[in-house]
Amino acid sequence: MSPTLLPLLVGLPLAAAGLTALGRQGARWPSVVLMAALSLNLAAALWLVTTTRSGDVLAHGVGGWPGGISIPFVGDTLSALMLLVTGLLTLVCSAFALTTGLGAVRLFAPLVLTLTAGVNGALLTADIFNLFVFIEVMLLPSYGLLILARRGEGRLGSVLGSRLYVTFNLFVSTVFLAGVAFVYGTAGTVNLAELAGAARSSPLVAAATAVCLFALGMKAAVVPTHGWLARAYPSTSPAVTALFSGLHTKVAIYAIYRVYAVVFEGDQRYLWIGVVVFSATMAVGVLGAVGEDTMRSILAFHMVSQIGYILLGVALFTPAGLAAGIYYLLHHMIVKASLFLSTGAIELRAGEGRLDRLKGFARREPLLAAAFLMAALSLAGLPPFSGFVAKLTLILAALDAGQVAAAVVAIVVSLVTLLSMLKIWNAVFVSREDTDPDPGGPGGSGGGVAVSLRERTELPRVGVLGSLPALVLAGITLSLGLGAELLLSLASTAAAGLLDTAPYVQAVLG
Amino acid sequence: MMLALSVGALVAGAAYLMLDRTFLRVIIGFVLFGHAVNLLLFSSGGILRRTEPLGSGPDPAVTADALPQAFVLTAIVIAFAITVYMLVLAVTGRPDEDAPTEEAEEGPTPDPAEPDAPSDTDDRSGADDRSGAAPRTTDQESRA
Repeated sequence: MSPTLLPLLVGLPLAAAGLTALGRQGARWPSVVLMAALSLNLAAALWLVTTTRSGDVLAHGVGGWPGGISIPFVGDTLSALMLLVTGLLTLVCSAFALTTGLGAVRLFAPLVLTLTAGVNGALLTADIFNLFVFIEVMLLPSYGLLILARRGEGRLGSVLGSRLYVTFNLFVSTVFLAGVAFVYGTAGTVNLAELAGAARSSPLVAAATAVCLFALGMKAAVVPTHGWLARAYPSTSPAVTALFSGLHTKVAIYAIYRVYAVVFEGDQRYLWIGVVVFSATMAVGVLGAVGEDTMRSILAFHMVSQIGYILLGVALFTPAGLAAGIYYLLHHMIVKASLFLSTGAIELRAGEGRLDRLKGFARREPLLAAAFLMAALSLAGLPPFSGFVAKLTLILAALDAGQVAAAVVAIVVSLVTLLSMLKIWNAVFVSREDTDPDPGGPGGSGGGVAVSLRERTELPRVGVLGSLPALVLAGITLSLGLGAELLLSLASTAAAGLLDTAPYVQAVLG
Repeated sequence: MMLALSVGALVAGAAYLMLDRTFLRVIIGFVLFGHAVNLLLFSSGGILRRTEPLGSGPDPAVTADALPQAFVLTAIVIAFAITVYMLVLAVTGRPDEDAPTEEAEEGPTPDPAEPDAPSDTDDRSGADDRSGAAPRTTDQESRA
C-alpha cells in the first residue's frame, strides 16, 4: 500500500463518527460500527508498523501539493508504534465501556471515533499548527466523554472535574497557539521538516519552540503542572479514565519527543532542564499518591510519576535513552489502562472507589485480581513483566549518560510505587470480609458496616466479560516482558529515527 | 507597537479574570486570552503588508501573508466552540463557584439515586435543553 492512504487514518474514523451520530438512543448498530472501525484502525496501524519496521518513513502531502506547502502526514516507526498502542487501547476500552453499559449511551460511539481521528492525526502530522488542530479534535470529544453517563447516573463531581479539565486544556491550547505564532514569526514556517534544526541555530526559534514545549509539558502533566490530572481523571467514569490515560497525556509526550528531536535536534544545552524537571515529576507524583484514599486517584498520581520516567528518555537523548523512553511509553500506556480497567470494574460493581470500603475482592473476582496483580507488579517494575525491562533499560541509559542522581530517583520511586500498589492490593483484594468487627456475614443486620457488607455481597459479580479487557492488557504486558527483544528492537529503530532526522525531513519535503 | 500593547492589555485582563472564583468570569477571561493570541498570530505574519492575497496578479511586496489569517480563522472557530461548551458547564449542575473541597466531598453514592441528576445527553443536545437544565440547577442548589 502507498503513503497516499495515510490521511484515511483520520478520514475514516471521522466518517464513521458522522455515520454513528445518526443512531437513535438504544440503537445497537452504532456500537457495531464503532468496533468495526476501531478494529480496522488497529489493522491499519499494524500494517504501518510492519511497513516502517526497518526505519522507512512514509509521507504524503494532502492533495498532492509539493512538500512545504501541503498538509503533511508522516508515518515513521515511532508514530506507527504509537498508533498501534493507542488503537489497541481505544478498542479494549470501548469494549469495556460496552460491557458496562456506558457504550450504549447515544453519543458514545461518535465521540470515541472523533477522538480516534484526533489522536491519529496528532501522531501523523508533521506541522505544528496541524498538531494544535488535531489536539483540539482530540480534546473536543473528550470534553463530552468526560461527563458522559447513563441517564440518571450523571454525577455533579464529573461536571466539576470537567470544568477543571476544559479550562485547563483551553488555557494550555491557547499557550500552545501563542507558541505556534512565535515560531511562525521567528522561523517563517510551521512545517516540522522545514524547522529541522532551526532551534539549534537560532536562539529566537529556540525560545519560540520552548513555549510550545512548555504547553505540551503542561498537557503531559509534568510537575509542577500535574494537579489537573489527579483531580480531573478520577471524576469521570472508569472506562473513560482508562481511555484518557492511554491517549491524552501520551500524545503530548509523543509530541515532546518529536519536536525536541526535530526542531532542537536533541540540543545538549537544554537537556539538564529536562533531567531536573522530569526527576521531580517522578518523585512528586509518587509522593502525591501516598495521601490518596481512592483507587483511581492513587493511580492518577502514579501516572504523573510514570510520565517523569517516560520523559527522562528524551532528556537523556542518547540512543539507549530514547529507545528506553519509547519502550517505557508503550509499556506504560498498556499497563496503566489495564490497572484503570480492573479497578474500574470493581468500582462500578461496588459503586465505590475508597480503599477502606472495599474488601475481599480476590476471592470474589479471581480474574480481576490476577489482572490487577500482573499490571501492578509491571508498573512497579518487577520481572518478568514489561515494566522491569522498561525500568532496567532506562536506568542503565541514565547511568550511561552520567545522570546518576536521576537513576537513583528512578530506583527509589520504583520502591515507593510498589508499596503504593501493595496498599491497593492489601486493602481491596486480600483483606477478607470477615475481618470486619461485625462477623454477621452475608445477610447480617445491624450497624452501618454490616449494611454496606450485605449490600456488597448482594452485588452482581464482574464476571469473565468485565474482567477480560483488563486481563488482555495484563497478558500483553507479560508477553512484552518475556519477549522484550521484539519491541526493544522496534523502539531502537524509532529512536534512530529521532536521532537522525534526515530521512524524516527528506520524506516530508519530498 | 500598538499591537504589542493591545496583546499585553488583553493578557493582563485575561489573567485578572481567570484568577476569579466565578466560572463565568473565568470564561470571559478565556475570551480575552483567545483574542490576545489571535492578534499575536496576526502579527507573526508581518503587519505592514495588508492587501488581499486573492485576485489577478497579487504583488508579493504588499500582499498580506494568508497563512496566519487561516490560522486565526481556525483558532477562532475552535475557541468559540469551547467557549459555548464552557458556558453550558457553567449553568449545569451547581452554583457558579468552584470550591475544591466540595468537589472532594461529591461522592458517587448519593447522586445515582437522583433521577434528575444531570446526564450528558441533556447537556449536549442543544439550546432547547439548556433552558431545561435551569430548573434542575436550582433543584440541586436548594438541596445543597
